[in-house]
Amino acid sequence: MQSRLPDRHYTLPLAALVVVYLAAIFAGFLAPYDPSTQSRDLAFVPPTAVRWVDRSGAIHLRPFVYDGERPYPIRFLVRGAPYRIGRLFSSERHLFGVDAPAVLFLLGTDGFGRDQFSRLLYGARISLFAGPLGALLSVAFGIVLGGAAGFFGGWIDTIIMRAGELFLAVPWFYLLFAVRMALPLRIEPQEAFLMILSIVAVVGWARPARLIRGMVLSGKMRDYVTAARALGASNVQLLWRHVLPQVSGIALTQAALLAPQYILAEATLSFFGLGVGEPVPSWGNMLAVLQRYDVLSSYWWMFLPAGALLGVFLLYYLLADALHERVAALPG
Amino acid sequence: MRRRLAALTLALTLVFATGAGHASQQQAAATEWLVSRADVGRPGGQLVVIERAEPRTLNPILAIDAPSREILARTTADLIHIDRETQQPQPALARSWTVSPDGRRFTLSLRHGVRFSDGQPFDADDVLFSFQVYLDEKVGSPQRDQLIVADKPIAVRKIDQYTVQVDLAEPYAVGERMFDSLAILPRHLLETPYTEGRLARMWALGTPADALAGLGPFRFRDHVPGQRLTLERNPFFWKTDRAGNHLPYLDRLVFVFVPSEDAQAVRFQSGEADVTTRLSATNFDVLQRDRGRRNYDLLDIGPGLDYTFLFFNLNTVGPSDAPQVVRRRGWFQQLGFRQAVSLAIDRDAIVRLVYRGRATPLWGHVPPGNKLWVNRSLPRPPRSLDRARERLRSAGFSWNAAAALVDKDGQAVDFTIVTNTGNTERMQIATIIQDDLKQLGIRVGVVTLELRALLQRLLMTHDYDACVLALGAADGDPSSEMNVWLSSGGTHLWHPEQPAPATPWEADIDTLMRRQLTVRDVQARKRLYDRVQELVAENLPVISLVSPSVLAGTAKGLGNLRPTIFDHHALWNVDELFWRGRPAGATQ
Repeated sequence: MQSRLPDRHYTLPLAALVVVYLAAIFAGFLAPYDPSTQSRDLAFVPPTAVRWVDRSGAIHLRPFVYDGERPYPIRFLVRGAPYRIGRLFSSERHLFGVDAPAVLFLLGTDGFGRDQFSRLLYGARISLFAGPLGALLSVAFGIVLGGAAGFFGGWIDTIIMRAGELFLAVPWFYLLFAVRMALPLRIEPQEAFLMILSIVAVVGWARPARLIRGMVLSGKMRDYVTAARALGASNVQLLWRHVLPQVSGIALTQAALLAPQYILAEATLSFFGLGVGEPVPSWGNMLAVLQRYDVLSSYWWMFLPAGALLGVFLLYYLLADALHERVAALPG
Repeated sequence: MRRRLAALTLALTLVFATGAGHASQQQAAATEWLVSRADVGRPGGQLVVIERAEPRTLNPILAIDAPSREILARTTADLIHIDRETQQPQPALARSWTVSPDGRRFTLSLRHGVRFSDGQPFDADDVLFSFQVYLDEKVGSPQRDQLIVADKPIAVRKIDQYTVQVDLAEPYAVGERMFDSLAILPRHLLETPYTEGRLARMWALGTPADALAGLGPFRFRDHVPGQRLTLERNPFFWKTDRAGNHLPYLDRLVFVFVPSEDAQAVRFQSGEADVTTRLSATNFDVLQRDRGRRNYDLLDIGPGLDYTFLFFNLNTVGPSDAPQVVRRRGWFQQLGFRQAVSLAIDRDAIVRLVYRGRATPLWGHVPPGNKLWVNRSLPRPPRSLDRARERLRSAGFSWNAAAALVDKDGQAVDFTIVTNTGNTERMQIATIIQDDLKQLGIRVGVVTLELRALLQRLLMTHDYDACVLALGAADGDPSSEMNVWLSSGGTHLWHPEQPAPATPWEADIDTLMRRQLTVRDVQARKRLYDRVQELVAENLPVISLVSPSVLAGTAKGLGNLRPTIFDHHALWNVDELFWRGRPAGATQ
């Protein structure tokens, strides 16, 4: 009964996150334009106004946009740039769009005249999946190493935990520059980015490992673990059947906390030119243009990806919070 | 004017009366002033100038970084100076000079009564000492190269206390220009360190002000690491205005170090600095739109001397290179391929999107800002994807079912453009080229590398496909670009340090560049360099893209401000600058 209440707490953020991730997966269908198509005469165009009322005051049932004097209705399921979803499915149908020469830039365009809304959706593919991937990697390494340190103790514990401190102290950022330099130039931008993100995640094992080690340390002292040991259970059995289940809640909470941090890491990497290369969009490289003073001071719609980032962060933290409550509410 | 005449008469009498050699003390009163033709101004105030980095040294012998050279140009003087407005040689420490008919002997008469900024007199011995230092291989001065003519160092002889004679092994086209920016050193301060071999360690940034001296309009005062360097007026400077006032007018010249272009714009906008000369076009736009501005002028000085270009790796392949590398170089070495790339690039879009129209598209490597040397008859083929496809087809390329460009063996054509991190403009240019070439079915990746790593790839390991980079000539004279165009040059970027020219056209360029260096007649030199520009445009070792305009911002009320596109832009005549209304300058 006790755990019923927190359940509802996390269904909402979880459902919202699922919607966001689905939008990212179906970016091709939802986005009206190809994310890398440049409309060079339309650089830094503010968001297109979608109207229901025309200049003569008449109300239209179908929303429309103006191109000069002429109104163009927004059409649904229109033909446009071809796209693929995964490797399975390719199409030219987009959820909505307008006929040329009118344009529909819901979030304006960037410095090359590329549609920000389409880029935001496509960019989510990279940014949103960078988060869980990074979190998964570092929590997995954290469980293995932290679990081993806590369970076996002694010199294994000392070596692993001192190594963890070393990892926390090393300035990884410079290492990343070196790694990018050492990588061959001809590598798909997504691959290069995944590789760098994986490095960040793997070297980020130390923090979750500390936490897990603490849990394992207290877990292995419990009476039923001692009892199982007395009954002749092997180390592997003990870890697998009795100790790790206690850790799973913490690990999940950690992952939910770390995921937005790795989404942010993607933004930071892009900021320093280590992220996904042009022309592939990501929220990080969309935000990276804000380091230019002219963009920062002149084009407010370039901030919009930050809003999306903030929203996703909030959902993840709500989820982590709910998970945390649930873990705390668990018996034992 | 009367005062100057009086001074001259006095100087002449003294020379006749005492002869050269032992009259330096009395001649103090008899300085041969150089009279500026600029407007007469008011003394006082300080000028705060934005410098993009901290200078590495205050040692004029070894300085190579731009900030050091820009600051040292204010504290030192040369014998013959190239006027940054007229591009003509004009007297500086040498009040006059003669050239022998064969162009191999320069005789320079030095200005009498000139003193270093510490009050010590200047004469031919300082000049001799300076050349000795610059020419000494052990010292390793970067200026040494410009004093080597036909592989022989120039010979400098003292005729008397105020006359020196310079002999060249061959007539040297650059002539008087070789003296420009060559700082004359104080022998009384540097001779001992030189003989003791300590010269390289002298005049580092922490040096106290009284251990430094120069002949420029300003002298070193103090330096706050990471923040600013202050120069103060040199009371011994050898120029006056037409009213006989001693120059410079300004009391202090403060250089503040602001590394990023954006931070420079912000600092200037907020009034913390009076002069900034490297505004990007986008920041120029922002400052222009700022309605609140009252106290600054924005100046578009016009097309500059920098040129941005794309070049392919044309290094010859070795037996150890991977087949992938060999294949790619094969594409790049085909002229048709490079022509197609050049035809596909939308230079106007680069000008519009990256530089907001404040740049000039280029089809040759000499930008139009370099008025004396640009070849105006180079063809300017307009962008045409059809003609680009035609070139590719006749070079043996074709397109597969997915519309990707493939070579003779059916391999898809793709390559990577590298450029340096921290330069948003080059990054944007690369992104535009990437999209242009997508139209031809070529997949292009864009990678940024930290500058040092990039240069190592370009010049040492040759591990890259193509690169977007910019070069800029300090004074526009072709002699300053020998290292780029000679096939043996260290910055012959696409294929550096060739033992022998790899292609017939590179051999032709070598011959032309060497010839133009020894021809005295300017018209003949121009014809030779025009041909070099034609050869480069025909063979496209570099695909010239764009030349950005020089954009500056200055506080209102600066008199005699006449910025140029040549180096030091607004500061070249800093000795003549003055504050009209308020003798204040930005507060620091």
